[in-house]
Amino acid sequence: MKFLRKILDNLEPKFLKDGPLEKLFPIYEATDTILFSTSEKTESGPHIRDSVDNKRIMILVVVALLPCYIFGAINIGFQTAQISGTVQSAWENFIIGMGVILPVLAMTFAVGGFWEILFAVVRKHPISEGFLVTCALIPLVMPPTIPLWQVAIATTFGIVIGKEIFGGVGMNIFNPALVARAFIFFAYPSQISGDKVWLHADGVSGATALAVPAAVENGNAVDLLMNITQFNYSWSNMFWGYIPGSIGETNKLLIILGVLFLVFTKIANWRIIAGALIGLLGTATLTNIMAPLSSNTMLTLPPHYHLVMGGFLFGMAFMATEPVTGAHTDKGRWIYGILIGALTVIIRSINPAYPEGTMLAILLMNAFAPLIDYYVVQGKIKRRMARYAAE
Amino acid sequence: MLEHYLSLITKAIFVENILLAYFLGMCSFLAISNKVQTSIGLGMAVTFVLTITAPANWLIHNYFLKAGALTWLGLPNVDLSYLNFIVFIAVIAALVQLVEMIMDKFSPVLYHNLGIFLPLIAVNCSILGGSLFLVERDYNLMESTVFGFGSGLGWFLAIASMSAIRHRLRYSNVPPKLRGLGITMLLTGLLSMAFMAFSGIDL
Repeated sequence: MKFLRKILDNLEPKFLKDGPLEKLFPIYEATDTILFSTSEKTESGPHIRDSVDNKRIMILVVVALLPCYIFGAINIGFQTAQISGTVQSAWENFIIGMGVILPVLAMTFAVGGFWEILFAVVRKHPISEGFLVTCALIPLVMPPTIPLWQVAIATTFGIVIGKEIFGGVGMNIFNPALVARAFIFFAYPSQISGDKVWLHADGVSGATALAVPAAVENGNAVDLLMNITQFNYSWSNMFWGYIPGSIGETNKLLIILGVLFLVFTKIANWRIIAGALIGLLGTATLTNIMAPLSSNTMLTLPPHYHLVMGGFLFGMAFMATEPVTGAHTDKGRWIYGILIGALTVIIRSINPAYPEGTMLAILLMNAFAPLIDYYVVQGKIKRRMARYAAE
Repeated sequence: MLEHYLSLITKAIFVENILLAYFLGMCSFLAISNKVQTSIGLGMAVTFVLTITAPANWLIHNYFLKAGALTWLGLPNVDLSYLNFIVFIAVIAALVQLVEMIMDKFSPVLYHNLGIFLPLIAVNCSILGGSLFLVERDYNLMESTVFGFGSGLGWFLAIASMSAIRHRLRYSNVPPKLRGLGITMLLTGLLSMAFMAFSGIDL
């Protein structure tokens, strides 16, 4: 440790003002603060000392995401083995899956890191660990078959347009990982739209769980899912995640554990999560009641199926709860969460263009979160003024 | 019947949002959206103007300008539809003048805040666009009114959310060259991407 400190201390003058590498100071600073806790002190009050800062929060989110990566790798290997009809151990599956995930991850970090450093150097802001979270989220929401150049384009769009033009971490309006995913979704709809499964095998294709009931009229969604022989779309299997899907979103148990961890560490706000669950389950119950009135099979999908299908849990756990782009007031968080859940079901059920709605529901609510906040705050101001006027 | 109007209004607000799907009415949207209160005012003004100009222009189109519209005057072969643009603009300008006078009388603060942009509603493309859409789509009188109102609400929704976003943007560190119109333009693109959630819904 002392050895490392010494190297860094020796290098420091080169990066300080008037040093030869002055422009690259953010890179030095980032390396330094990742390895050691910072010695910087705020110059003016108030001084609140807490061991939890931005860096620790971001690292905790990455920790919560790690199990999803591990299971994602196992699942990719499992799906590939299924096609060829072989049975492998979890470890072999993991190795195969890692061969798919690592290039995507490396590409995301290389491109994301490049833009982050470029903006940090040009705009002279410190490199924030927020980009670790964004870059850790992007591969998890990508399909395993995605070409690397698409990953690069998505990451560039997400980081630059989603985040850096607003000034970097904590200042963005839309979740950068979601912006990246939505951009690639609209730019290459034939590959990313999510009505065909993403598998690492030529010539094999099939419908994703959400596309099965969407394709048939006047049916019963659960029966249709049970009839699929190519994949096992039973509720428990979808919960355990041995179904084809985006890299990180299939195993629901790990996502639930991850989100409990985030709630426990107070990074994610429980109100958004509770709201989203109420919104999803409530709207799904409503659509079930209305189902006999329409020929739309998606309406017959029971609420607990909505919960485990597609990317809802993942989006709710790691994207809707992001503290920057969500609503900032408690009442606003409830509204924000409920609308996310409700919109997800609505887009899934009545929009034939997209089988999955979570991503767009969260993106849309990102856009409306400031408005919700504004009115919650205005309402509070009004009530307080009335109270003081009365006294 | 009611269902038909409901689907028409939903379509006008969300699926085919006049601002975020057709990008009509951008100039006042970009320029005025920096304060929530003013945006709400302008949004209401646009909704109001759209709701009255759409049926007014429908009447004029169907009883004066359309091919064969002058049959009631005994002139069945006259087709004045080449006058659509200029007449629609004139009607809109007259109605905007009316709104301006009403607003000046009842809400001077809002009138003052909107400033030059209130008269500019007269040349706001979303309003003319609304009138032209109803000709193109062959709406009847009731449908045009509902469509005008829905389009106005859609515009209102878009500018309200944009102004709140720009309110929050005060805490952001946007590159100096992008501040103002530049970042608003980019945000409009992102907002429109979020609104694509509804595109494709068939009502």
